[in-house]
Amino acid sequence: MAKIELSFYPGCSSQKGATSSNYLVSAQTMCEELDIQLNEIPDWNCCGASIGYGGGGELPRLALSARNIALSEEHNSGQEIVATCAACWLSTREAKERLHEDEQMFKDANAALSEAGLKYQGEANVRHMVEVLVEDIGFDGIKSKVKKPLEGLKIAGYVGCQTNRPFGIAGESFENPKYLDNIVEAVGADSIPTYEKKVQCCGGALAFSEPEKSQEMIKGIIEAAYDNGADMIVTPCPLCQANVEIYQDNINDTYGTKFNMPVVYYSTLMSVAFGRSAKDAALDGQVIPAKQLEEIASK
Amino acid sequence: MSDLNTAMIEKYRSNFLKEVEANVEEGEWVKMCMQCGVCSGSCPLGKHWDHPPQEIFMMIRANKRDEVLGTDSMWMCTSCYNCIARCPRGLPITHIMHGLAVYSKRLGLTQKKQPTAEFSQIFWDNLMKKGRVNELKLGLSMYFKDGFGQGVKNAMANQKLGQNMMKAKRMNPMEFFGGHSVKDLSGFQSMVKKAQEIEEGNLKEAK
Amino acid sequence: MADEKKFAGYVCTGCGLGERLDAGQLETTATRDGKMQSCKQHEMLCSAEGVQLIKDDIANESVTHVMIAACSKRAKVEAFNFPEVAMTRANLREGVIWVRPESDENQETTQEMADDYIRMACAELKSMSQPSASGEQTLNKNILVVGGGITGMTAAIEAAAAGYPVHLVEKSGKLGGALGSYYKVIPTRSPYDAPAENPVPGMIEAIEADDRITVHLNSTLAKTEGAPGRFNVEVATESGSSETLSIGAIVQASGWKPYDASQLPEFAHDKSADVVTNHELEALAVAANGGPIKRPSDGKEIKSVCFIQNAGQCSDKEGHLSYFSGVTDLVSIKQAMYFKELNGDCDTTILFDNLRTPGAGGEDFYRAGQQAMVTFSKGIASEVMPGDSLTVKFEDKILNEQTEMVCDLVVLATGMEPNSGPDPYAQLMVDEAEDEEEKAKAQAILENAPPSILNLQYRQGTDLPHLKNGFNDSHFICFPYETRRTGIYAAGPVRRPMDAQQARDDATGAALKAIQAAENAGLGRAAHPRSGDLSFPSFRKEGCTQCKRCTVECPFGAINEDEEGYPMYNESRCRRCGTCMGACPVRVISFENYSVETVNQQIKNVEIPEEWDEKPRILVLACENDAYPALDQAAQAGVEINPWARVIPVRCLGSVSLSWVTDALNNGYDGIVMMGCRRDDDYQCHFVRGSAMAAERMSKVGDTLDTLNLEPERVILHEVAITDVERAPQLINDMAETVEKIGLSPFKF
Repeated sequence: MAKIELSFYPGCSSQKGATSSNYLVSAQTMCEELDIQLNEIPDWNCCGASIGYGGGGELPRLALSARNIALSEEHNSGQEIVATCAACWLSTREAKERLHEDEQMFKDANAALSEAGLKYQGEANVRHMVEVLVEDIGFDGIKSKVKKPLEGLKIAGYVGCQTNRPFGIAGESFENPKYLDNIVEAVGADSIPTYEKKVQCCGGALAFSEPEKSQEMIKGIIEAAYDNGADMIVTPCPLCQANVEIYQDNINDTYGTKFNMPVVYYSTLMSVAFGRSAKDAALDGQVIPAKQLEEIASK
Repeated sequence: MSDLNTAMIEKYRSNFLKEVEANVEEGEWVKMCMQCGVCSGSCPLGKHWDHPPQEIFMMIRANKRDEVLGTDSMWMCTSCYNCIARCPRGLPITHIMHGLAVYSKRLGLTQKKQPTAEFSQIFWDNLMKKGRVNELKLGLSMYFKDGFGQGVKNAMANQKLGQNMMKAKRMNPMEFFGGHSVKDLSGFQSMVKKAQEIEEGNLKEAK
Repeated sequence: MADEKKFAGYVCTGCGLGERLDAGQLETTATRDGKMQSCKQHEMLCSAEGVQLIKDDIANESVTHVMIAACSKRAKVEAFNFPEVAMTRANLREGVIWVRPESDENQETTQEMADDYIRMACAELKSMSQPSASGEQTLNKNILVVGGGITGMTAAIEAAAAGYPVHLVEKSGKLGGALGSYYKVIPTRSPYDAPAENPVPGMIEAIEADDRITVHLNSTLAKTEGAPGRFNVEVATESGSSETLSIGAIVQASGWKPYDASQLPEFAHDKSADVVTNHELEALAVAANGGPIKRPSDGKEIKSVCFIQNAGQCSDKEGHLSYFSGVTDLVSIKQAMYFKELNGDCDTTILFDNLRTPGAGGEDFYRAGQQAMVTFSKGIASEVMPGDSLTVKFEDKILNEQTEMVCDLVVLATGMEPNSGPDPYAQLMVDEAEDEEEKAKAQAILENAPPSILNLQYRQGTDLPHLKNGFNDSHFICFPYETRRTGIYAAGPVRRPMDAQQARDDATGAALKAIQAAENAGLGRAAHPRSGDLSFPSFRKEGCTQCKRCTVECPFGAINEDEEGYPMYNESRCRRCGTCMGACPVRVISFENYSVETVNQQIKNVEIPEEWDEKPRILVLACENDAYPALDQAAQAGVEINPWARVIPVRCLGSVSLSWVTDALNNGYDGIVMMGCRRDDDYQCHFVRGSAMAAERMSKVGDTLDTLNLEPERVILHEVAITDVERAPQLINDMAETVEKIGLSPFKF
C-alpha cells in the first residue's frame, strides 16, 4: 500500500495532559501500522469547538479555522487536512464551506488573517480520520492488518453526533450509520447492529454547563449498551468518549446504577488488534479500564 | 437595556423578521421554515426548551421580539445537528439558534447566570489567552464562576473525577502554570481582534 | 365463407398442461360432449406454428367457431386473435393446473375441472356468433366544444391541431371564461418562482386564426339528439336565430362558478368593501394597471393584506363546501406575490391550516413565496371586524393562542363550484331516499337544479349525471375523462376543482377522447373498457313486455324508447356492459357473443356428480374487469382454489341474469359466488352502476332460495378489487366450507 501523507490537525483535547491525549497516542499507533504519515499543522490553534460561538460570534469563530487551513496550505501544501476530533473536523469543514459560499465572509476572513500575515485560499480538502479509514484504507484493508482478532468481544458502536451530522461519512445514513460497526467487525469483534443509541447526543459541551440534563442522556447511552450485552463502547469522538466514560460515577450516584462500562476509541481497538502493546494503544489512558483489551494486548 | 438594543428596536420597529435576517447568523433562512415541527421533535434536549425551534421561527414571524431574545431556549442547543440533518427544507437550524443566542447576548438580553451562555464566554476567553484551550483552567473557571465558596464546593464534588483523570494522565495540574500555546500568539490575537472589529462594524452599520 | 357452421377445438399441451392433464381425454370431451367437429392438440398453441394451425383450418376447412383450451382468455390475446370467427377459451392453465396442487390424490378432481371447462367452452361456443359492425356507421369528424374558457379553448385548439373541425360554443359574448379576466396565473414552468403571464389572450388569437375552429358566441345548445358519430345539435343564439350542427363527439367544458362569500357572515364580505374573494382580487390587480393595488373602499394604496385560506371550504358547517378546491393555496401564494410585486413593502400574510400546493412546481412556488417575504402563519381565522382598518381574529396554531392582526385588505380563499347542468337522476334520488333527511336533501337539489347545458334528448335526462357536490360523474380511477354519456367528455373544473394548467391538460385528454369516440363510432366499435368490441345488444320484440327496465337501468343512458315503449338501442352510446341484459325480466336482450343463453349453456354443461359422490359444485360468476384478473393473478402466485369451483367470467355483474342463479340451483349446484366491483359512492365498477344494479337485483334472490327450500348462505355476492389476489380465491374456498357445513344441495338428479 502506498504511503498516505496527511496534514494533521490534532486539536486541543489531544495534547499532552488533556482529555483525549490517549486518542492521539492510539491514533498515531494505528497510523504507523496503516502506513499513514501525519504531518502536524505547525502552530495550529483551537477551532472554537461547538461552544465557542457564544463568545466568538460568526467571523471571529470562522477566522480560527481559516487560520488553521491557511497554515496547512502554506506548510503542508497539497496535502489533505485530517482531524481526529469530531468538533475540529466539523468546525474546519464548516468554515471552509461558509467561506466558499459567502464572498463577503471570504474577504473579511482574509482581512483578519492578514493581521497574522496569512492568506486563506480554501482549497485543501478537510477530512475526518474515519473517512481516511473507510474510503482510503477500506474495511478489508483494516482486516488485512489484524494480527490479534478481538474475538468474542461484543462492542457497541457509538457514533455520536458530530462525526455523523451534518456532514457524516459519504454513503452512510444519518439515522443509522454502519461504518463503526464495520470497523468493529473488521478487527474481529462482534458489532451490535441493534444498538439504538448509536447517534444519540451525549450533551456535548453542555455536559459542563447543564450536567444533569446531559447525564440523563449519557445514562441512556450506557444503559442501551448494557441492554444489548456489550462488553464495551467504541466511539470516534473525543468529547463523546470523555462524557460517556468519566461521568459514570456521578450517574451511579444520581440514579443508583452500577455502570462500569469501558469506552474506547476505534484507534484503541485497531492498535490492539494490529498486535501493538497496551501502552501503544493508550489503554493506560482509560478511566474505566478495558481489561479484555489489556488481556489481548498482553498475549 | 443596551444602546445597541434600543437602536435595533428603533430601526426595525415592527419587523423582527427583517432584523433577524440582517443581524443573525443564517437569519435569512428563518422565513423558509414550513412549520412541520421535525426540528422540535428531533432535539435531544427538546423538553427543556421553553420554545422549541419551530415555535421560535413562528415567533420571529409574529414579531415577538422580546420573547424570542429573552428566552434561554437557544442555549439548550447541544450542537448535535439532528435538526439540520432532518429539516425537509434544509434550514441550518443549529446555526440559526447559535446566531439568535449570540445576538441576544450582544444586545444584553440573555438571562443572567444562563450556564451555557456563561460557559461559552469562559471557553472563548480561555482559548483567546493562548490560542489553544487550557482544559484545567477551563474547568476551574467553570467551577468558580459563581464565586469562591461555590467553586470549592463544585471542586470537591468532582474531586474523584479529577483524580481519575489525573491518574489516566488526561489532566495535568502543571497546566495551571502556562500550558500549551500557539507560538505566534500576537498574530493570532490581532487576527481575532480584527475579525471582531469587522463583525461589530457590520452590526453598527446595520444600526 | 359458407353459411354452415363448423366447430373446431384446439387443446394446448404447453405450459405443463400436457403433463398435468390427460390431453387425449380432453380431446374426447371436446368432440363427444362438446360436439366439436374436430379437435387438435398442439404443444404450444400460442406459437406461430400453433396459430398457423388454427388459421389454416379457418381458411381451408371453413371453420367458423373456434374453441381454444389453453390459458386464461386474458392471456395471449394477440396470438389468439381471429376476428373472422367466433371464439371461446377454456381456461385450463390459470383456471385449473395453476390453482390445483400436483399430486396423485388430486389428479381425478383436477382432470374433472379441466373436462368441465372444455364442456363449458364448447357449449358457450354453440350459442355464439361472431359480432360484426352493423355497417350503418359513417365517420363524423366534427367535434363540439361547449364552453369558451381556458378548458374549452384548449380542447378546441388541440382537436383542431389533430385535424378535426371544431365548433366552439360560448354562452357569453367573448372567449376566455373566468381566467380571461385574471391578472396573472400560477406558473407552469420551471423555476416556478413568480406568477406567469395569462395565456388566454394568446389563445383567443390562435382560435380566431384557426380555420378549423368555428366560434359561436352568445350561444347555447337548444337541443342535442342522437349518439356519438351522429349527434344533431341545435345551437341557439341570444338573438333568437339557430342552426343545427352535425357532430361526432362533444367536450363539455362548462367550467366553474365562485362560491358565494355572503354565506360567510363572520368574514364580513358583505359589510366591508375591503373584504374580497380571491376571484374578486384579480379585478383589483388588473385595475391597478401595473401600479400598487388600491383598497376598494377609499382607493388608498394597500400596505397590509391578509389571506384567509379555506374560507367556507373543507368544512361541515351549513352552507360551506365540504370539499377543498385543491388550488386555492396556490392561488393565494400567487396573489400574495402580486402585492410583493406591485405594492412594495406591503405586509402580506397567509393564514393557513394545511397548505396544499399540488403539482410539479407547487413546492417551488411556495418557497418562492417565502423568499419574497410572504408570511405564512399557521392559524385559523374566526372573524373579520370591519372598520377603517380590518381586524382579523385568529387562533395561532403554533403558538397556541388567540390573537389578531390589523390590515388594509382581507382576501378570502373561497372554493370552486361546478357549472353543471341538472343531475338527470335528481328525481330518482328523491324517490329512492332512505330517510327524511336524505329525501329533503335530494328534494333541494331537484328544486335548485341549474338550467340545462346540453339539452340532451335522452330517455334518461338532459345532462351529464353527477357524482358528488354537483361535479360530473366519471370513472375516477380508470377512465377519468369518460362520463356516463358515451361520446360526451367533461373536462376542466366541471369535473373536479382544478387550476388552469390542470384544466389545459384535462382538455387535451378530453379532446383526444372525443376524437377517439368519433372514430370508434364510425367503425361501430365500443369505447372503454370493452374498446373495439363490435357486439351490441338487440332484443326479441315479440317477447318484450315494454317494461322499460332496460331503458331506466342503462348506466349510460344509451337506450331510448320508441312511441310504443319498446327499447331503441343506440349502438354508439352503448358500452356493451350487458346491464340491460341483466335487467330484462323476460330475457329477450342479447349480444351476438354474450347472452343469457351463452352463460346458461355453460352452467348446464358442467357435470353435476351424484349426491353420493360427495363432490359439490360451486358456480362462480366473476366480473371480467377486476375479479377475474384477480383470480388470474392468484393463479400465477400459486394460490389454491377449491376443486369444486367452476368460474364463468361475466362482462359486468350488472349483466347477470337472475335466471342463471335459479337455473344453477335447480341443476344441483351447491353454492353460488358472485364477484363484482365496489359499488358505493367511491365505486370501482367499470360500468359505474352495473355492480350496484346487480346487488339490488340479487337482494331479491332470497325469495328464490325460499321457494326452493334452500339455505340463504348458498348464494353470496362480494365486492372484489383487482388487488384482492389473496382474498378472491379465499371467498371461493369459504363457500366450499359453507357447503361442507350445510350439506349438499338436494337438487342433484
